Amino acid sequence: MKSDRKLLLITPEKCISCGNCELACSFSHEGEFRPSRSRISVMRFEAVTVPMTCLQCDEPACVAACRTGALAKDPETGIVSVNKEKCIGCRMCEMACPFGNITYNAETKTPYKCDLCDGDPQCVKYCPADAIEYVPAETVTMQRKKAFSAKIAESIGEGNQ
Amino acid sequence: MYGWTGTILRVNLTDRTIKKEALRAEDAKAFIGGRGLGGKYFMDEVDPAVDALGPLNKLIFVTGPLTGTMGVSTGRFDVVAKGPLNNTLASSNSGGYFGPEQKYAGYDMIIFEGRAESPVYLSVHNGDVELRDASHIWGKTVYETTDILLAENDPEAKVSCIGPAGENLVLFAAIMNDKHRAAGRTGIGAVMGSKNLKAIVVRGTGGVSVADKAGFLEAIMNARNKIRENAVTSAGLPTYGSNILVNIINESGALPVRNWQESYDKNADKISGETLTKDHLVRNKGCSSCVIGCGRVAKSGGRFAALGEGPEYESAWGFGSDCGISDMDAILKANFLCNELGIDTITMGSTIACAMELAEIGAISSEVIGRDLKFGDVDAMVEFVTMTAYREGFGDELAEGSYRLAKKYGHPELSMTVKKQEMPAYDPRAIQGIGLEYATSNRGGCHVRGYTISPEILGLPMKMDPKTTEDKPAILKIFQDLTSALSASGTCLFASFAIGADEIGAQLKAVTGEDYTTERVMEIGEAIYNLEKIFNIKNGYTKEDDNLPPRLLNDPIPAGPSKGEVSHLPDMLPLYYEVRGWDENGVPTKEKLEKLGIAKYAA
Repeated sequence: MKSDRKLLLITPEKCISCGNCELACSFSHEGEFRPSRSRISVMRFEAVTVPMTCLQCDEPACVAACRTGALAKDPETGIVSVNKEKCIGCRMCEMACPFGNITYNAETKTPYKCDLCDGDPQCVKYCPADAIEYVPAETVTMQRKKAFSAKIAESIGEGNQ
Repeated sequence: MYGWTGTILRVNLTDRTIKKEALRAEDAKAFIGGRGLGGKYFMDEVDPAVDALGPLNKLIFVTGPLTGTMGVSTGRFDVVAKGPLNNTLASSNSGGYFGPEQKYAGYDMIIFEGRAESPVYLSVHNGDVELRDASHIWGKTVYETTDILLAENDPEAKVSCIGPAGENLVLFAAIMNDKHRAAGRTGIGAVMGSKNLKAIVVRGTGGVSVADKAGFLEAIMNARNKIRENAVTSAGLPTYGSNILVNIINESGALPVRNWQESYDKNADKISGETLTKDHLVRNKGCSSCVIGCGRVAKSGGRFAALGEGPEYESAWGFGSDCGISDMDAILKANFLCNELGIDTITMGSTIACAMELAEIGAISSEVIGRDLKFGDVDAMVEFVTMTAYREGFGDELAEGSYRLAKKYGHPELSMTVKKQEMPAYDPRAIQGIGLEYATSNRGGCHVRGYTISPEILGLPMKMDPKTTEDKPAILKIFQDLTSALSASGTCLFASFAIGADEIGAQLKAVTGEDYTTERVMEIGEAIYNLEKIFNIKNGYTKEDDNLPPRLLNDPIPAGPSKGEVSHLPDMLPLYYEVRGWDENGVPTKEKLEKLGIAKYAA
């Protein structure tokens, strides 16, 4: 993996449930505001909302399940992309992804998944809460580590008082 | 069409027919959407003298061209009907995710007519629309109804419904959507209840197309920059919610206390946005396409432990200072109950406060109330909400609102209402312009038709002295007209702290392809305002009703930062009529209506 590769970092605690990511995604891919065709889905629960999208697995189950070579992971960019011409609509990719982050659209006969918008993810650009960031791969884990360690530090600090 | 779906749904509940009609394009262009377009259809189709709770009243769920797009905070819609609380043309605005879903399903508007014989709900799945039996959800709360309907329909659908309050025709029942968002005021939930319509379930998988894609993204970015550069929209509201106002308004000596007897609360910080954030906030929440996120998911503790959304500033005040209460857990609980049962928090809180004063002066006996009632009675306040929704005991009297309550017990002057609707949380004795807004708002005591708190307290877009009447009539007209157009577009009022007619016009133009200039946006707003005014005049409202409760005109504020002040409404009203181009009785002139293109509606 290239060391400067960037990944999406989704932080549900920051998400305000507005769905601007879905709107930006569908507008850029479909030319209209249409959340049902977005490659990112905002899953709303009472106490938290979780934006769900493909994070471009290193060992993509969808690619492994694809018998026709319609799905492939680019070794350079790391992006798992769809070749519509080769897709036969078997929906095995949809079954294989444990997260539900690839969706087969029967109307357009195409699997829908995140393509990182050629390096300029629109969901990131229009998220008003910085809940979706596009950051170097190493940063992703380091940010998580920092955020969680801060919580531990705070609880220890409080315990000492 | 771009922006608009071009289709409306007409549902006759009496004969159970459902029709899809083409949207009247000329009306859409001229009145945009929301309360503008809905109000126009209403005026064309309904006799203003109609019984608000009778089958001839209509109930219109109407979006704007920006609803469902990525416009700046444009997830909103209006519900239009004649409101039973005060017989005004009642458009109540709500956010959440329901409005956009209605657009994705393909409908700018859903018009309900008639009255169902037995409880029904409307199921909309794109083009498939049907009325279904609702006997299994009649009597259920908003939360229960929503969960049941989502379980038996597409789980991705959005639900708008009434709770027990709407079913029981509580005169200030709300229509709730997405569980926690309210089309709250003027009793629009009772209209839905009177029609035996429990809920609407909408699932839409379509999209909203725009005329000028690049232009729209540019307009969005421009408006978003203004939101980001503005301290209220980028810091105040996201950090503390609308309840940031408790301390600000209290320090201005304008926070009504104990049914408006005072206007400064030494315990205000206990119910403030700061306290809410510190002790109760679970997370911030935004409606569809919001860039602010003022919504609060919050939890209460102790014997009032619950999780829900709120409170807004108005609710914290209504159940708090106005009732002499500073227990945030109780306020949260009362607010959550209002959401669950489908009640407007402003009128509920203010009606309880009125009852407390009536009890303290001995006008209502404890036998009638069922307990000894005093200001500060936390348990009574919380219990009254449920009793009101079900019209149990004294709740049956509270369910009529404070105007009817105070009048019945011989003290109409203690109802803090304008045109029978309870005023929100800003004392016009301390903030002159908002008093003129209360007196002239087309739906009675209401702050969101012309929110002059923005210039008078927050200094946006420019600072005005709250204590003077100077220039208030002119600025109020601008705010009322702008807000009319803003709501018609589908935009949230809170965006207007940072953006105005320029940005609304630019977004509307890019989305619809129509030439919405700043001037045209303001003129449409003015036409909407005048149309609503005509409706009220046809319902018998006169200059005498453009007034404030005598307490605010005659009794100086007793203490605090605004000590000694009274409202100078009589100085402002004639000037307001003049800037509006109305005659000395507050009736729009023929010339004015001709200029606005609505002369045929003249009163």
